[in-house]
Amino acid sequence: MTTMTMAKALNAGLRKALAAEPKALLAGEDIGKLGGVFRVTEGLQAEFGRDRVIDSPLAESGILGTAVGLALRGYRPVVEIQFDGFVYPAFDQIISQVSRLRFRSGGTASVPIVVRIPYGGSIGAIEHHSESPEAYFAHTPGLKVVSPASPVDAYWMIQQAVAADDPIIFFEPKRRYHDKGEVDLDQQSAELSLFSARVVKPGTHATLLTYGPMVRTCLEAAMLAAEEGRDLEVVDLRSLSPLDDAVILESVRRTGRAIVVHEAVGTLGLGAEIAARIQQNCFYELDAPVLRVTGYDLPYPPSKVEDAYLPDLDRVLDAVDRSLSW
Amino acid sequence: MTEPLPGPDFVQLLDPAGNRVQHPDFSYSGTDADLAADLRDMILARRIDTEATALQRKGELGLWAPLLGQEASQIGSARALRDPDLIVPSYREHGVAWCAGVDPVDLLTTFRGTGMTEWPSRPANFHFYSFVIGAQTLHAVGMAMAQQRDGVVGNPEPADNGATIVYFGDGATSQGDVNEAFIFAASFAAPVVFFCQNNQYAISEPMVLQSKIPLYRRAAGFGFPGIRVDGNDVIAVRAVTAWAMERARRGEGPVLIEAYTYRMGAHTTSDDPTKYRQSAEEDSWRAKDPIERLKTYLTRVGAVDAAWLDAVAAESDALAERMRTGCLALPERGLETFFDQAYADTPELLLRQRDEHLAYEASFEESR
Ligand SMILES: Cc1ncc(C[n+]2csc(CCOP(=O)(O)OP(=O)(O)O)c2C)c(N)n1
Ligand SMILES: [Mg+2]
Repeated sequence: MTTMTMAKALNAGLRKALAAEPKALLAGEDIGKLGGVFRVTEGLQAEFGRDRVIDSPLAESGILGTAVGLALRGYRPVVEIQFDGFVYPAFDQIISQVSRLRFRSGGTASVPIVVRIPYGGSIGAIEHHSESPEAYFAHTPGLKVVSPASPVDAYWMIQQAVAADDPIIFFEPKRRYHDKGEVDLDQQSAELSLFSARVVKPGTHATLLTYGPMVRTCLEAAMLAAEEGRDLEVVDLRSLSPLDDAVILESVRRTGRAIVVHEAVGTLGLGAEIAARIQQNCFYELDAPVLRVTGYDLPYPPSKVEDAYLPDLDRVLDAVDRSLSW
Repeated sequence: MTEPLPGPDFVQLLDPAGNRVQHPDFSYSGTDADLAADLRDMILARRIDTEATALQRKGELGLWAPLLGQEASQIGSARALRDPDLIVPSYREHGVAWCAGVDPVDLLTTFRGTGMTEWPSRPANFHFYSFVIGAQTLHAVGMAMAQQRDGVVGNPEPADNGATIVYFGDGATSQGDVNEAFIFAASFAAPVVFFCQNNQYAISEPMVLQSKIPLYRRAAGFGFPGIRVDGNDVIAVRAVTAWAMERARRGEGPVLIEAYTYRMGAHTTSDDPTKYRQSAEEDSWRAKDPIERLKTYLTRVGAVDAAWLDAVAAESDALAERMRTGCLALPERGLETFFDQAYADTPELLLRQRDEHLAYEASFEESR
C-alpha cells in the first residue's frame, strides 16, 4: 500500500495504461513538458516520448477531432481538457462525432477515446474554472461518463477507461486532487467494474446518492449525522452514464429515503434523472420524496460566494432533516 | 524559429539600446513629450501589475495574470485609439484597460472574486475581459460589422470614423474561433485590427507549437495585411497600430498586427515558468525591456530627467497604495444579489431559489 494524492494516483494509473497498451497515447494543452496545469501527467512525456504524450496546439476542437482520427486508426487517445469550462470548443466533436461514430457505422467503427476533464468548484478560481458540465455528456447517447472520488478509484478507473471500447468522459474532481488515500500499486486488477456504484458507507435511515467532489462532503455529513443518531448510507455513483440502477435502487428500497447531491445546477442535472428512476421503481418503498442538494440555477458565481452556492455539509444535513421529518 | 531582425518585416523605431531607428514604411510623428506620456503610462501599468501580483501573494486575490514585459505593446496600441473606436481585450490587457480609463481597483474585482467583470469605471467602448481563449475575436468582428452599419466607417471626415481593436495571444491563433474571425473580417472587410501579442508562450507551450511560420504571415492566407512589430518598442507599436486603425476606419478592412514581445513573468500567479523555460532566455529578453529602452532614449534627449522620474515613481507609489486599500475595500455581495443577474426577465424558479437561500441562511442566524 502506498499513500498518495488523487493527482498522483491518476498519474500512476496513466503510466500503467501507457505501459500496458502500446496504442494508448495522451494529448492536451501543457500536458508534456509541464505535466499539465495540475501535474497529473508529470513525467509521462519524459518516460513515453513525445509521440505518445503530446503537447497539443491550443485548440480543443482540434484535440478531439484529431483524437477521432487516431482512434479510427486503432489508437486509444486519452485527451486532457485543461478545465471544465474549456470543453465547449470541443463540444461539437464530442457530441456529433465521438458519441455517434459507432452508431453511424452500424456498430463497426470504434472510437475508444477518454476525455479527462478536471471539474467542479471550491478552488477560488475565476470564471470557467469551476464548472460541472457532466449532465450535457450524460444526456448524450453513445458516451459514457464516470467520475472517481478517491485516489484508489482514480487509479483503477483511469486504467479501465483506457481499456474500454466506448468513448468515456472522465470527470476528475479537481478540488480533491490533493486528497490522500491508500493505493495498492501491486494489486493485479480492480475490485469493481468501471460502471458500478459503491456503497461507501452503509446506513439505514436515508441514502445520500452522490459522486466526485461531493462524496467526501457526504461522508462528512454522514459522520456528523451519526453523532445525532442518524444512520446515513452514502452511495458513490462512480458512473453517471450508465447509472448503476441496481445499487441505487437496492439502497433506496432499504432506507426509504433518498437525497441526491451534486455541485452541478439542479435543473435537468443527474439528480433529476435519478429521482425519476427511483420514483418509477420504488414508489411504494419511499417514505419521503427524493430530495436534491445542488448548485443553484445560475452560471457559476464569483469565488467569494462559491461556498454559499455549492452544496456543503450543512445543506446536506438540512436536506437530511427535511427527508427524515417528512 | 530564429529571432526576427529589424527590417521591412519587423517594424522597429527604437532599438533595445534606446536609439531611434528608421523604417522604410513607418515613422512616428509625435513629440518626445508624447513619448514621455507613454513612458509614464508604461511605468504605471507595470506598477499596477506588480501590485496586483503582490496582492495575490498576500492571499488577497485568487489569481492574477501579469502583463510584465508587454507594457509597450499595450500602451503603444491603446494610445493609438480614440473615440469612436471599440476595444476588446483578452484577460492580460491591464495596460490597455488603464489607458481606456478603467480604475485598476475595479480590475481586482474579477481576480479577488467579489464579482464577475462588473467594473463601475469601465467605459462603454472597452469590452469585458474574456477568459475563453480566442472567443472575443469573433465578438470584435461582430462589433466592427455593427460599426459598418452604424455609419462610422469610411466617412469623408476622418474624425467621424472608428474601428475595433481586439487583443489575443499567440496561443489563441490556433483556435477555430480566431481563424473564423479572420475569415469573417476578410469576407466583410470589417473595420477590425487583430492585435496579437506574441509573448512567445501559451502557458508552457512555445510559439513554434502553434505556428511554423511567423504569425503575421498567416493574414496573407486570409486575404488581408499582416505586419510584425517590435512589441517592446512603444514607438513602433504606436505607429503601426495608428496606421492599421486608420486604414480600418477608412473602410479598407482588417489588419493583423503581431506584436513580438515576451511574457517576462509567469503565465499567471499559479504558474511556474522554471518548469518549461531557461533563465538565459529570460535574461536575453530582460535586455530588451520596453520601459528601459524608452527611459534611456528620453533621458538622453533630455525629455525626462531624474526629477521627472521621481515624480512618476511617487505617482506609482500612490497608485499602488490606492490599489491596496481599494482591494480590501471592494464591496462583498451576498450570493442573493446574483440571482437576478442571469436573465433580463428572471424566471420564478430563480427568485424562489434566492428566497430559499435567504431563508436557509437566516435559519443559522436564529440558531446562533
Ligand atoms: C478555450 C480555452 N482553452 C484553454 C484555456 C486555458 N488557458 C488559459 S490561458 C492559456 C494560454 C493562452 O496563451 P496565449 O493565447 O498565447 O495568451 P497569453 O496567456 O500568453 O497572453 C490557456 C491554454 C482557456 N482559457 N480557454
Ligand atoms: Mg502567449
